[in-house]
Amino acid sequence: MLVGRYQQPMLRLARSFVPSQAVAEEAVQDTWLGVVRGIERFEERSSFKTWLFRILVNRARSAGSREHPSAPIESLHTVDPARFDAHGQWADPLEPWPEESDDRLEAATWLPILKSALDDLPSRQRQVVMLRDVEGLSNDEVCGVLGISGGNQRILLHRGRTRLREILEAELKKG
Amino acid sequence: MLLLRRKDIVCQQAVELVTDYLEGALSRRDRRRLETHLRACANCAAYLEQIKITIQLTGAIEPDDLTPEARSDLIDVYRRWRSE
Repeated sequence: MLVGRYQQPMLRLARSFVPSQAVAEEAVQDTWLGVVRGIERFEERSSFKTWLFRILVNRARSAGSREHPSAPIESLHTVDPARFDAHGQWADPLEPWPEESDDRLEAATWLPILKSALDDLPSRQRQVVMLRDVEGLSNDEVCGVLGISGGNQRILLHRGRTRLREILEAELKKG
Repeated sequence: MLLLRRKDIVCQQAVELVTDYLEGALSRRDRRRLETHLRACANCAAYLEQIKITIQLTGAIEPDDLTPEARSDLIDVYRRWRSE
């Protein structure tokens, strides 16, 4: 079912714009209402998913700005400088990850960790990573949905992916 | 992201270029520099591999099933809409 497929991704995306789950749910509900009433005109040149997310972002943004006038400042997150020596080379060798991490079986144990790591990303990074890597939108589509430049999108994607890799690495070291 | 002036790049620069590299957003010159570095540096090659695995795993996240509450809320929305 269409709604079942998109409900959770929409909620997660909406949540990154607004301060509470309740407001996020409202924005998602508003979006579906807009869709079923045909208020929002579907543009043939965009995919249904891109169109749906764009409506949602508009609704969530206006709901978010009502409740939360100033967005929090995001931390700059790239690779931890402590990992490198004075010459900019890796201080310690990087342990290669096991081959099995490609397997679906292995993925199943990592997914819950990755999901919560995704939820913990700063909101703008989460939005880009969700749309690009979870939903599989193209970079142009993500720029269109979020109204950001290609360069900005790449920076947010870079920080988000860097952070997710770090979390997975830490988990692997534990196990 | 980073402006590379010298011919060779170091690991700390290389890791900050991987996203632009995967996105095909590096200039030809920077791409060549990064690829040269990756061929010579096992650590950075492993890093790039791990980023690719991370992307792959993130792509395997499935939307959660709808909670019963969300489902019934939504059915209500449709009912209201249809009765208007």
